[in-house]
Amino acid sequence: MFLDFFKKSKKNSAQKAKERLQIILAHERVSNKAPFLDDLRKDLIKVVAKYVDIDPKEIDVSLQKDNSIEVLEINIPIK
Amino acid sequence: MSGKVLTITSGKGGVGKSTTTANLALGLALAGKKAVAIDLDIGLRNLDMILGLENRIVYDVVNVVEKVCKVKQALIKDKRVDNLFLIAAAQTRDKSAVKSEQVLELANELRKEFDYIILDSPAGIEGGFRNAMLPADEVIIVTTPEISAVRDADRVIGILEAHEKKDMSLIINRINPTLVKKGDMMSKNDVLQVLSIPLIGVVPEDGNIVSYTNIGEPSILHQDSPSGKAYKNITQRVLGKDVPFMEIIERKKGIMETIISFFKEQ
Ligand SMILES: Nc1ncnc2c1ncn2[C@@H]1O[C@H](COP(=O)(O)OP(=O)(O)OP(=O)(O)O)[C@@H](O)[C@H]1O
Ligand SMILES: [Mg+2]
Repeated sequence: MFLDFFKKSKKNSAQKAKERLQIILAHERVSNKAPFLDDLRKDLIKVVAKYVDIDPKEIDVSLQKDNSIEVLEINIPIK
Repeated sequence: MSGKVLTITSGKGGVGKSTTTANLALGLALAGKKAVAIDLDIGLRNLDMILGLENRIVYDVVNVVEKVCKVKQALIKDKRVDNLFLIAAAQTRDKSAVKSEQVLELANELRKEFDYIILDSPAGIEGGFRNAMLPADEVIIVTTPEISAVRDADRVIGILEAHEKKDMSLIINRINPTLVKKGDMMSKNDVLQVLSIPLIGVVPEDGNIVSYTNIGEPSILHQDSPSGKAYKNITQRVLGKDVPFMEIIERKKGIMETIISFFKEQ
């Protein structure tokens, strides 16, 4: 029934809130720690696009921890 | 003597920082500690009214840091509880009227006289928040079980970590057991799974708080109230005692209410 459906989707709103927070905060925690990553990403797109054909959405710039060494990981798939 | 500086902050506004500050300061004083609460929400003075001390203000925190008066002259003594003092925010100045070094210096001076210095931070992550968090030995972050309050709390936790403020704990305020039961509000455990700092208190949504604030008597002076009990427990934990967390459950309905809701549900 329509009413049941409504009830059910309401029931999960707290769960939804928790999941949405976990996803967005995982993202924000990283970019707050290294606020330069976004700018770096934009600059990289500009430079690399001069030489090869790339899809800006596919560029992945991230900071990784590898046995206590911080590694800047850049992934640029070429079209 | 070297007192402890506790900062109460949140990120998001209106989640209960000043209410927490008032109750915790009173609770510590009731437990025999010498406590001073400082309202650092410059331009938006509030703590004075929550504590019922608004008619006694002569000098405020800006007067103190500008050395218009001595610290002693700005300490407003509570009329009900020995050992409790307030330093009010300035009402006619703006946020830029105090600087971090000045707040730090004031806090350090008060450490010599008081067991606890409790700083009520303004909302946000700008200057006023920084003034409040830099002198802290311990930071208490207040949130409600709402998505924006929790997100802002996480941001604040990140900034505190970056400033090497490691002693952080969390108060989850305004928990509504009926909504939690229905699945429409995040539970204590949901919030704790998102924000990974230790819990120091859970406070139920309490309709009495409006009237307690109206008369300038914080919950902790009404020990029979649900929020009063919660703040008493928080005070004990701040003092290092191991107190179990209260179950926040739905109030049992009286017979009349049960009958009424029975008919309503038909
Ligand atoms: N547990 C509670 N139950 C019911 N009402 C509450 C509770 N805690 C706080 N309130 C109410 O919420 C409002 C905001 O509280 P308070 O002023 O303490 O928040 P704040 O974080 O200091 O706000 P600001 O960011 O403006 O300084 C007040 O009206 C207060 O009475
Ligand atoms: Mg406030």
